[in-house]
Amino acid sequence: MSEAILEMRSITKKFPGVVALDDVSLTVAQGEIHAICGENGAGKSTLMKVLSGVYPHGTYSGDIVYEAQEQEFSSIRDSEAVGIVIIHQELALSPHLSIAENIFLRNEIKRFGLIDWNETNQKAKVLMDRVGLNENPVTAIKDIGVGKQQLVEIAKALSKEVKLLILDEPTAALNDEDSAHLLGLLRQLRDQGITSIIISHKLNEIEAIADTTTIIRDGEVVESINMAATLVSQDRIIKGMVGREMQNRYPERIPEIGEEVLRVEHWNAYHPQDPERKIVDDVSITVRRGEIVGLAGIMGAGRTEFARSVFGHSYGVNISGKVFVDGKEANVNTVADAIRSGLAYATEDRKRFGLNLIEDVKRNITLASLKDFVKGFLVNSNEEFKRANEYRASMNIKAPSVLTVTNQLSGGNQQKVVLSKWINVDPEVLILDEPTRGIDVGAKYEIYLIIQRLASEGKGIVVISSELPELIGICDRIYAISQGAITGEVTRANVNPEQLMKYMTTEKDTTHV
Amino acid sequence: MSNSVETKPTLIESVRKRLQGVNMRQNGIFLALIGLVIFFAITSPNAASLTPSNVSNLVVQNGYILVLAIGMVMIIIAGHIDLSVGSVAAFIGAVAGILVVRPLEQDGWEWLPVFPWWLGIIGAIAVGAIVGMWQGFWVAYVGIPAFIVGLAGMLLFRGLAMTTLQNTNIGPFPDEFRAIGNGFLDKEQGLNAIIGIPPEFNATALVITALGILALWAQQVRHRAGQIKYEQIREPVAWFYTKNTVLSAMIAFVGIQLSRANGIPFTLLLLIFLVVVYSMVMNSTQFGRYIYAIGGNLNAAMLSGINVRRVNFWLFVNMGSLAALSGVLIAARMNSAVPKAGDGFELDAISSVFIGGAAVQGGIGTVVGSMVGGLIQGVLANGMNLNSVGIDLQMTIKGLVLLLAVAFDVWSKNRK
Repeated sequence: MSEAILEMRSITKKFPGVVALDDVSLTVAQGEIHAICGENGAGKSTLMKVLSGVYPHGTYSGDIVYEAQEQEFSSIRDSEAVGIVIIHQELALSPHLSIAENIFLRNEIKRFGLIDWNETNQKAKVLMDRVGLNENPVTAIKDIGVGKQQLVEIAKALSKEVKLLILDEPTAALNDEDSAHLLGLLRQLRDQGITSIIISHKLNEIEAIADTTTIIRDGEVVESINMAATLVSQDRIIKGMVGREMQNRYPERIPEIGEEVLRVEHWNAYHPQDPERKIVDDVSITVRRGEIVGLAGIMGAGRTEFARSVFGHSYGVNISGKVFVDGKEANVNTVADAIRSGLAYATEDRKRFGLNLIEDVKRNITLASLKDFVKGFLVNSNEEFKRANEYRASMNIKAPSVLTVTNQLSGGNQQKVVLSKWINVDPEVLILDEPTRGIDVGAKYEIYLIIQRLASEGKGIVVISSELPELIGICDRIYAISQGAITGEVTRANVNPEQLMKYMTTEKDTTHV
Repeated sequence: MSNSVETKPTLIESVRKRLQGVNMRQNGIFLALIGLVIFFAITSPNAASLTPSNVSNLVVQNGYILVLAIGMVMIIIAGHIDLSVGSVAAFIGAVAGILVVRPLEQDGWEWLPVFPWWLGIIGAIAVGAIVGMWQGFWVAYVGIPAFIVGLAGMLLFRGLAMTTLQNTNIGPFPDEFRAIGNGFLDKEQGLNAIIGIPPEFNATALVITALGILALWAQQVRHRAGQIKYEQIREPVAWFYTKNTVLSAMIAFVGIQLSRANGIPFTLLLLIFLVVVYSMVMNSTQFGRYIYAIGGNLNAAMLSGINVRRVNFWLFVNMGSLAALSGVLIAARMNSAVPKAGDGFELDAISSVFIGGAAVQGGIGTVVGSMVGGLIQGVLANGMNLNSVGIDLQMTIKGLVLLLAVAFDVWSKNRK
């Protein structure tokens, strides 16, 4: 293979009490796509922050050799100056500015000290063509989808004459189509000589795109695998990440399915900003006790919108339809009503919609069920503490104590707090929206076990997920949803990924369901 | 090199572990207050800052700001702000004047009977609650940012205060009414005669101080017992006793100084009552906890079934009522209702809250912290007056204190 563009030698980075990176060495060859994978908290992001200068030279030990020169970055500006650009998972775009403005932010094209808008937009268009983004450069960022926003980030990197592009979980929020486009683009850029480092949880992507894969575990490099030379199975990567063979990514279970607990009939909802646009179109579903029901659909298909409109009309306008819980029509006009009727909804976006991140574990767990802890007028905080500790034990929440503030927890543990919160409401039906998004393989397995335990306790479970294997792995029955409408239904016995994918991509006009 | 790297974190860790359960921020401002008191005790001529009459004045002069700060900290925790409270206080002072004092001649209020002082106070606070409903309606149900509603209210209620008073003053108020702002419990030393304590000390004040210290210990010990029973993390024993001993000493000192002056001011009793009640509201009622939840993450609060509008509405009703109480205190202390009353008090209340550790983004803050913040401002102003510091320098210093207090907050947060 060609020579190395980047060599990181014996990088060690310590935080008070924790060694985040321990003698990590990484070699990235010129013009390759280099995947880095590892569980959450393994040290991937820390390594990239060291590389890009977020952690300046001197706060870590070890050397960074880039283009055969030793580098001492003291900020992101320094690393960008030599062509290293990092695109973070949470995109750094300004929503109300246009695509072109975002691309040239901090890098404006000026003439006599004033911004030259014609040239800005024209150059932006050229860059947008390079990344395959077919939009008007003056369109505001907030008006384009997250997949296209990702492309804007890459165009922005290209405008900085990037040589080494680092992408942190670039496809985490993308649907399959946008992911495929993005991966294709990375290959194209590779052919143009741009090296990429991609951090990803999605093993099939890594398998498809990476030339080399480096696995990091607990702040140490486990191994670097040349993907071209050897046939690498996903199981091998998983084994490297978790340090054990994962025979089965989905726990075994024998479902005990009982009476129908939830029935939604002819559910319709319209977009809150655009009341003409129908986002949930005549959806009817049923869930039985002890049953895990999947809702499959590409992003934007209306899965979350459907769930949230049922859960107390918390999304959408002009909502119509009927909800029955245990055969009785339920009032779901407000979130409080929905909870009272026996519904619970754990959000896909725990940071924005799930947790109060500046509050402790205990108060997050009890928030939705606070009235159960009230005696007289006062909340019994000792009882709260006791209950929260029970959840900490039963859900295996890794936190120093239940008084730990939730933004100090890892994604998986935050998710367990969100689940605890909703389990404590003691609902009949739990709707779990992307319950394993952004959490590592080990924690995913634990979440699956929790979901199965809840089902075996006789609750009805609805799981919304973008990952088909996950739905197929844990669900008893799966509905496919496309453009707001149910387009198909498969049971565990006759599940077939290709068929399901076909349902998920069915165009509305041709549907006859 | 490698040695120092390895030992350092463990040392820090051990200190951190030892201080686990100690609220650094809250204790920090408290220590700042003590430091300030000591500083002025040393610098002011003849230790004037610690004389009985000065301690007594300090309490009475800051009472109405502290009452405003109680309502304000709740508003700020929920992520709002209220700029109208100074004007509302003036308006309510005017209302109280109309209700309790014989109205002005030919002012259009002739039809209204003169109410007894207590009914006047109740009426005035009720009008304050209605003002709060007005403000809360716009914020909670129409969705106008509280900053704008407050700005509008600031003009609106100042205007109403002027209209109500027709640009004159109303006064004097009946003695009972004035007592709330100016009076002292058992000033005549009735208790002294009964239990035989020399008239240099007000016996009632001493008894109440002793009861207060007892209540403090009872509450603290009970709280700690609960923590032990449920195996929660708690402050180290030594810290627990040190802290409460220092607190008791301070209460004793203030109590004794007050007893050497006129006794315990009614304003102080009222304040203690409000602080206890509102601390309980914020920590241990659904309403209080929902306020923190809304300020911490509005979306998550909504999706947890909290009726955010209702909570916001009642927050402003509460603020209106407390602003009314503050207006009554001001009128009582000045013995007249004037159109300019409470001018700029909203800003004093807001800075008390932020010095007291509330977060600008909402979700964080305490009633007790805001009281300490308010006292820091009060002690500072009082001490500078005693040291004959000019008003120009006073303002500069007050501004810097606010800025540095919040900067310290931001800095310590970033360090985490």
